[in-house]
Amino acid sequence: MAFKHVNKGVRRVDAYEKVTGKAKFGADLEFANMLHAKVLRTEYPHAEIEKIETAAAEGMPGVRGVFTAKDIPNNLFGVIVQDQQVLADKKVLLAGDGVAMAVAETEAQAAAALEKIKVEYRELEGVFDPLESRKEGALKLHPEKDDNQVIHHPLRKGDVKKGFAEADVILEREYTTQFIEHSYLEPEAVVVVPNEENHLVSVYGSIQNPYATRNAVSAVLEVELAEVRVIQNHIGGSFGGKDEVVSAMAARAAVMALKTGRPVKMVNSREESFTESYKRHPYHLTYKIGATKEGKLTAMEIAAVADSGGYACQTPFVTWRSVVQATGPYEVENVKTDTYGYYTNNPYTGAMRGYGSPQVIFAQESLMDELAAELGLEPVELRKRNMYSQGSVTASGQKLERHTVSLNEVMSKAMEAIDYKKKYEEYSREQPGDKKKGIGLSISFRGCSLGAEAIDAAASVIQINKDGSVAVYSGLAENGQGLKTIFSQIAAEVLGVPMSEVEFKELDTSFTPDSGSTVASRATLIGGNAIKDAAEKLKGRIMDFAAGKYDFKIDQLELKDGFLYDGQGNRLATFADLTGEMGNTGILMSAYGWYKSPPISWDEEKGSGNPYFTYVYGCQIAEVEVDTGTGELSVLNMAAAHDVGRAINPENVKGQIYGGVMMGLGYGIMEELEVRDGVIQGTNFHDYMIPTIKDMPDIKPVIVENPDPDGPFGAKSIGEPTLELGSAAIANAVAHASGRRIRSLPLNLERVLIGRALHKGGK
Amino acid sequence: MAKLEVEITVNGEQHKLKVGSQERLLDTLRDELKLTGTKEGCSVGECGACTVIVDDQAVNSCLVLTAQVDGSEIITVEGLESKSGLHPLQKAFIEKQAVQCGFCTPGMLMSALALLNTNPTPTKEEIKTALEGNLCRCTGYQQIIDAVEMAAEEWGV
Repeated sequence: MAFKHVNKGVRRVDAYEKVTGKAKFGADLEFANMLHAKVLRTEYPHAEIEKIETAAAEGMPGVRGVFTAKDIPNNLFGVIVQDQQVLADKKVLLAGDGVAMAVAETEAQAAAALEKIKVEYRELEGVFDPLESRKEGALKLHPEKDDNQVIHHPLRKGDVKKGFAEADVILEREYTTQFIEHSYLEPEAVVVVPNEENHLVSVYGSIQNPYATRNAVSAVLEVELAEVRVIQNHIGGSFGGKDEVVSAMAARAAVMALKTGRPVKMVNSREESFTESYKRHPYHLTYKIGATKEGKLTAMEIAAVADSGGYACQTPFVTWRSVVQATGPYEVENVKTDTYGYYTNNPYTGAMRGYGSPQVIFAQESLMDELAAELGLEPVELRKRNMYSQGSVTASGQKLERHTVSLNEVMSKAMEAIDYKKKYEEYSREQPGDKKKGIGLSISFRGCSLGAEAIDAAASVIQINKDGSVAVYSGLAENGQGLKTIFSQIAAEVLGVPMSEVEFKELDTSFTPDSGSTVASRATLIGGNAIKDAAEKLKGRIMDFAAGKYDFKIDQLELKDGFLYDGQGNRLATFADLTGEMGNTGILMSAYGWYKSPPISWDEEKGSGNPYFTYVYGCQIAEVEVDTGTGELSVLNMAAAHDVGRAINPENVKGQIYGGVMMGLGYGIMEELEVRDGVIQGTNFHDYMIPTIKDMPDIKPVIVENPDPDGPFGAKSIGEPTLELGSAAIANAVAHASGRRIRSLPLNLERVLIGRALHKGGK
Repeated sequence: MAKLEVEITVNGEQHKLKVGSQERLLDTLRDELKLTGTKEGCSVGECGACTVIVDDQAVNSCLVLTAQVDGSEIITVEGLESKSGLHPLQKAFIEKQAVQCGFCTPGMLMSALALLNTNPTPTKEEIKTALEGNLCRCTGYQQIIDAVEMAAEEWGV
């Protein structure tokens, strides 16, 4: 199929604003008469609040109000479980909980006011390890609940006892992963304007999920959704991170905007962002795997315990994705998996790119290499003997048949891109000296979109103006990933207009229907289908009109490059003249688009069903050099092959791959948010290192395309798959190079050199 | 607090300002001159989002006091585009898809500009060294390197 706009490396539609400094982010916004606010956060991970004195702060210069939990109409919110406090009321549950807030004429005045607020706490014992939190008799953190368990997802298939009895080799291993900071370059920022355009409050800012933020603000203020308007501005990165933390910020600013009757701006410093934002879940994983001596898997028994921190946040869904992906992309007859989340007094954890998959993939893909070594098989060979192919049945009993199962293809293409076979053989031989090279791989399958977490549907609106220009609105949000460009390409493709005629408009919750959150790598797939739906409805009207006007059959007509053509290549009209005439004759030139995903199912008790309607497949390979004398680890090369169904914009896909590989590299070898007794050690980028340009390996992106019957032009997902594979590939490469198997992330200097972390309590 | 009088040239325009002795150049640019293209990401000189050019050198404007740069010539991202159109670096960043969320972009452009002004034919390693102080969490840096290489080629023409 020949495309005009789709499948092309079209330039980003938002790039001009961003390279000229014209793009306005949350912190850049100004409104007349605007106030500034700051939040006082506790340093205690667990304490009762005995008293808060605000009088002195209220009397400070420029201060227009100081507020505590008693000023919040409804103090609890949350996307899944409503247990998160806007401001801590009787108890703080984590170091970083807000306890009071001050609003003043300037940010400095608001900050000065915080210094004058006196809070008396009664410190409580804390629980800082989910393995302690789950023990019987553990201190209960949410007294209204039976215990500290946030969630438990079981999955049962076959009979693991029988499976292990059939095994010639059984391995049992433990793996752990760390807290990760999203590290979006833009700290959180919102402005709330009261009584604007017939809305009680308008919320502007760096908001990942405008509808989720609207839900939270409306719940907190106890007003109808229609009274809250959320308008998304340019957002400086999110990666799953600007959801609840920004909702809390918006709710606080909204309370203050209504109390003062003036716009209120809140901008976090980097330290505030580190202190208050949620993190990627640390996991404790135990895996037991059985295989025959021929290398056929017979059973897997898995327990994964996630640290939810002080709040449930998205733990119930994050651990659900883990239960689906826990076995990896392998056929196993007998599976018993349990994933859990537990409350602790640690920083709370929520959505971050990968969403419960990077942890289980690190464990399970490390385990596959350990098993291969035990069986005397090459890692690739063991995978080939067990991995999914067309028609395979997953651990939850889903038959993979609706889409192309391309594991073998992605694996071979990644291997080819990095010259795997030759390097594997070379590095498997004895290497002289301290510096040793190794190569390792990992593969995954990943369910696209929300799956059985929630209703999975999205909306769009397309308007054709009288001059033929096309305005596109989507209920899903640009997060920097390129959504505006991808959606504009889809609209241009269907309507046969040049990209220059398509204008993507900002997301305004009062205009576009609720489309859920921009998460789960669902935008291209679900939102793209909604854009296509609206564009096709309009195209249908245009073709009907044109067929009547020019006396042609519809299938003889074509819209292309901004013109209407007959079947012979003759231009009949410009798109602008034709659609302008339609508008003038009273034809509606706007359309709503809607897409709802095909049916899915999940039995929460057995862990069975068809959790996702389609999947993507990926393979990443890392080539490393380990200095066994110093522990220095260099990642030299990485190959990343991902089946995206169809690349709507291959250059964008490459950008996602480069970015995801680097984020995965950070996860694998350097990033670790150190939390000691609930308190984060180091709240800026000199303590928490993310990869710089100097840490880049040579990255070979490989785009694999097997169009999906349910995707717009066959497209599926790319954002998250790129991140989930790297750490396991690197760990496998390090084991290949040095013989040292590291089962805790990150693979930093001390773990590579001596096999464990040096900090207190480190594994 | 006593205010200090400073004169700075920003993107070719002269400004006489009265600033506090502790006022950071970043705040002067963003709050006084309303040049919000320059971003604040960490406030401690680690992320590079606030990079501007002061007398041909790329600096973190969060670490510089405005009073220190009295008499200096400053270029911010807003100074790149001219009547004749986009700067080659801007064109290259668009062409090579070197922009995702765009928050690091102004700082990246400034560091790249300082490099190309002194070294119009940088090697890949020299580009990496020049951009080492600019963090990007979206792009993985590859397309940014591609863009700087492309701009350098045009520079030579």
